[in-house]
Amino acid sequence: MKPAPFQYVAAESVEHAIALLTEHGPNAKLIAGGQSLVPMMNFRLARPDWLIDINRISNLAGIRVEGNTLRIGSMTRYADLEASDTVRRHAPLLGLILPHIAHAAIRNRGTVGGSVCHADPAAEMPVAMLALDAVFEVRGPVGTRRIAANDFFLGQMTTAIEADEILTAIDLPVARAEDAAGFSEFARRRGDFALASAAVVLRLAGDQLTDHVRIAVGGLSERPMRARGAEALLAGWNAEPALIERAAREAANEVDAGSDLHATESYRRHLVQTQVKLALTAALERTRLAGAKR
Amino acid sequence: MSGPKQHDVQFTVNGKTETVSVAPRTSLADALRESLGLTGTHIGCEHGVCGACTVLIEGKPMRSCLMFAVQAEGAAITTIEGIGEANAPHPLQRAFNECHGLHCGFCTPGMIVTLSAFLRENLKPTAADVREAISGNLCMCTGYQNIVKSALRAAELIEESKP
Repeated sequence: MKPAPFQYVAAESVEHAIALLTEHGPNAKLIAGGQSLVPMMNFRLARPDWLIDINRISNLAGIRVEGNTLRIGSMTRYADLEASDTVRRHAPLLGLILPHIAHAAIRNRGTVGGSVCHADPAAEMPVAMLALDAVFEVRGPVGTRRIAANDFFLGQMTTAIEADEILTAIDLPVARAEDAAGFSEFARRRGDFALASAAVVLRLAGDQLTDHVRIAVGGLSERPMRARGAEALLAGWNAEPALIERAAREAANEVDAGSDLHATESYRRHLVQTQVKLALTAALERTRLAGAKR
Repeated sequence: MSGPKQHDVQFTVNGKTETVSVAPRTSLADALRESLGLTGTHIGCEHGVCGACTVLIEGKPMRSCLMFAVQAEGAAITTIEGIGEANAPHPLQRAFNECHGLHCGFCTPGMIVTLSAFLRENLKPTAADVREAISGNLCMCTGYQNIVKSALRAAELIEESKP
């Protein structure tokens, strides 16, 4: 199908984009990679009057380390994250999830900022952002705001960004040597959105888990979320298989899950239990291998 | 009622500079087909799932149905017509012919464009690598076996053609 007619303008700078958003009002939409927005427009689920293209704003893309922060520009494309040693070193979880995001041709155009602003509850990037304690830098007519990932994803394709604001960068705390990451998802076909996914980050002190335990899940309901009960169960303990089982069961019980034509609620709870267990096990396995190498 | 303003957009397609006048909602795929007559780029699903419309932009495979032509200002685009010609086929085109890598042919341009970029960076791929590379391109006829075979054969042909 073809999209409904719209007017097009390419923004030259962040300030220009904000001015255009203010001028054209709530029925204007920013387009980043367009890999989710254009399908929605073609299905006529989205009918913006104005499309404001931010692909020409060159300073919105880029990956750099500033002190203990990995700063990723909102227009950084998935393929550039995938190719980045800096990302692999400082945010290993992103390295694990990127191959699961759609297909190479989509990753060549899709952007990290576009994905988090689109906030598809089954997408991989928002789940990773929760597990990584991301902070989103958002600019609007009145200035810059910083929003923690926990306060960012409000509901089905809804974020804390206002209609006249633009996401400029994502800050991630750089991973420490004693951190371990894991990711697992269940999707019906390669590249599909997940029916259930789990991203975990664990911080260890020797053989023990510290209280820095992050378990984020997606694909289950209208937004990605943390499984805080499961996190609390693991914090400060030895990560033994029996405890991991218990944490996965706790996660499956505590999170919101819904039924739709793809899966029933109980099937989703079953899947998320499996994915949390797999992600935790993979993270711990990775630390053991790294430990053996040292 | 006057519709949205038309935009004149300039880009290169297969090395040739082209200017098209398009409405903002015209996809790059439609502009290539309708304005430039390059009908080798096929349009299947129009939401980025099937891969039939894949073209190279600055050498990278992308969905031409998920980009508006107006966004391609200044871009270097390669379509299937720029990959090879009847009298000078690309090794992939020879291999698809030799290994029966197509039935109806609808997915073939997208497959070959996608694989052309893949084989540039993967000189000795395994069957699993090829399957991953074409995981975003759907084929309803072949069951993929002969497409994978064709890609592996093309890698051999490229290797053999080296001095």
